[in-house]
Amino acid sequence: MSQERLELFEVFVRSRRGLDHKHVGSLHAEDHEQALEYARDCYTRRSEGVSIWVVRSRDICASQEEDSECFFDPSDDKPYRLASYYKLPDPVDNM
Amino acid sequence: MSENELKQATLDYALRLGDDSLVLGQRISEWVSNGPFLEEDIAYGNVALDYIGRARMFYGYAAELDGERSEDDFAYLRDEREFRNFLMLELPRGDFAFSQMRQLLVDLYNTLFLAVLVASNDQTLAAIAAKAIKETRYHLRRSREWVVRLGDGTEESHRRAQNALDELWGYGHELFEMDALEQRLADCGIGVDTSLLRERWRSMLSEVLAEARLTMPEDGWAVRGGRAGYHTENLGHLLTELQFIHRAYPGCRW
Repeated sequence: MSQERLELFEVFVRSRRGLDHKHVGSLHAEDHEQALEYARDCYTRRSEGVSIWVVRSRDICASQEEDSECFFDPSDDKPYRLASYYKLPDPVDNM
Repeated sequence: MSENELKQATLDYALRLGDDSLVLGQRISEWVSNGPFLEEDIAYGNVALDYIGRARMFYGYAAELDGERSEDDFAYLRDEREFRNFLMLELPRGDFAFSQMRQLLVDLYNTLFLAVLVASNDQTLAAIAAKAIKETRYHLRRSREWVVRLGDGTEESHRRAQNALDELWGYGHELFEMDALEQRLADCGIGVDTSLLRERWRSMLSEVLAEARLTMPEDGWAVRGGRAGYHTENLGHLLTELQFIHRAYPGCRW
């Protein structure tokens, strides 16, 4: 079987303590079901996870390099959007 | 059965099950670095490891009952005639369709076998079965999908899958034949009466074959002898590779 005919999938794993699924890598498989099994075998064999998501790489809509300027630069000069911008009253200094 | 006879019978039984696991695990491991693509290579390698681990559990229990020999002695220092594995498991790995078809036949069998062994009166065998059955359910999921994928795939994959099934068929009968030792252990609730599993195995298999557009072969021929220590010419070659290091460098560690 040639690998070129297989599709690429992205794998996300939720670890035992984690609340969110994290991207761990990608793999080739014929369909979702097989991708899920290979994800289990390739990415969780040392008990890294309790839940797996797989998604076809081509189904991911990603921001492009040329988008960076208008996407991300405008937030650079808005420090008030960060919690650390605000001075906390002394009684809550452990926040 | 006296207590001593029972102990000896249980030891022999654990060895049989250990032999099944070791021989199949060794065969599957031959796919490592030879898989059709990387992901499958890793996945099937995992299955091999499950079987080697299972062999260790059965041999470890046998060693405990034996009191003198160790699990390594059982795996590495017995000759062909002392192995009691089913013949189907020692057949060369063949092409990928052959390996997956054998895997399906074995996984279906183990699913039924272990589901009974889980309730064994022997606590250790029951505990081993409880661990093994989870692995086997996963193995079955894989082999089932592969057989459907190959059987219902291209003309070539269909032909290879059907050939594999036809070649393996005569080796399947042995799985459901009981000898005196197995019957004695089944009667006292320790072993599994495999003759009772046959119909269920056939019906589960025929469901998969229908989905895979494959034909169940006719029961024309049967090869047997594994449980009595009579093997095909393949086991000796397999053991040569498996046992070489241990025999050439006794006690070698790394």
